[in-house]
Amino acid sequence: MRNYEVTFIVDPVLSGEEIKSTAQTYENQISQSGAKIVHVEEMGLRQLAYPIKKRHSGVYFCIEFAGETVSIIDALELAMRRDERIMRFLVISLDKYGVQYNQDKRDGKVGNRKKAADAAAAAQKEEEEKEG
Amino acid sequence: MASRDDIKFLSNPKIGQNRSKYCRFRKFGIKHIDYKDAEFLKQFVNEQGKILPRRITGNSLKYQRKVSTAVKRARHLAILPYVTDLLK
Repeated sequence: MRNYEVTFIVDPVLSGEEIKSTAQTYENQISQSGAKIVHVEEMGLRQLAYPIKKRHSGVYFCIEFAGETVSIIDALELAMRRDERIMRFLVISLDKYGVQYNQDKRDGKVGNRKKAADAAAAAQKEEEEKEG
Repeated sequence: MASRDDIKFLSNPKIGQNRSKYCRFRKFGIKHIDYKDAEFLKQFVNEQGKILPRRITGNSLKYQRKVSTAVKRARHLAILPYVTDLLK
């Protein structure tokens, strides 16, 4: 099993639904080609450090997945290159430390400890509110 | 007899002593550098967005290589700029 991570920037001019469906397309493509999706992170609308295609902001998505064959990556890159909705993408392979880091990040262990604790507390509160 | 505390220095005596550099990744056991974390990567670039040399950051060669890869990945994804002024 090899671990990969693909980050891509979707055109912000599209409507909210179109942006979500774009991300969903690639999720489906990855899972249909036999890879296992570990985590999908919506990083949201962000300011770009420099303009791309005359846009100054973009919607970032990050999908972490694990797969066996390299052909998944080729197919994914080809599809992304042909897609006009995607402004930029980057596929990287993760080593064991990268996988561990992403896991820790999801658990809120990375970064400022106080901040992480606050975030965890806030999340717990939210859950309680949902239940109650 | 005046103790050490009583002595007043005209200039700060600590200036001029060189603090020993160390690799923060080795010291704190950081194994993976996230290219999506712009604030962290900004510690390793100068105001123009250029990667700082090892002789300034004190990184070990192994981690300097990882830092430079992470910065380059961040630049590709427009998380960090390629060229700029007054980044910090």
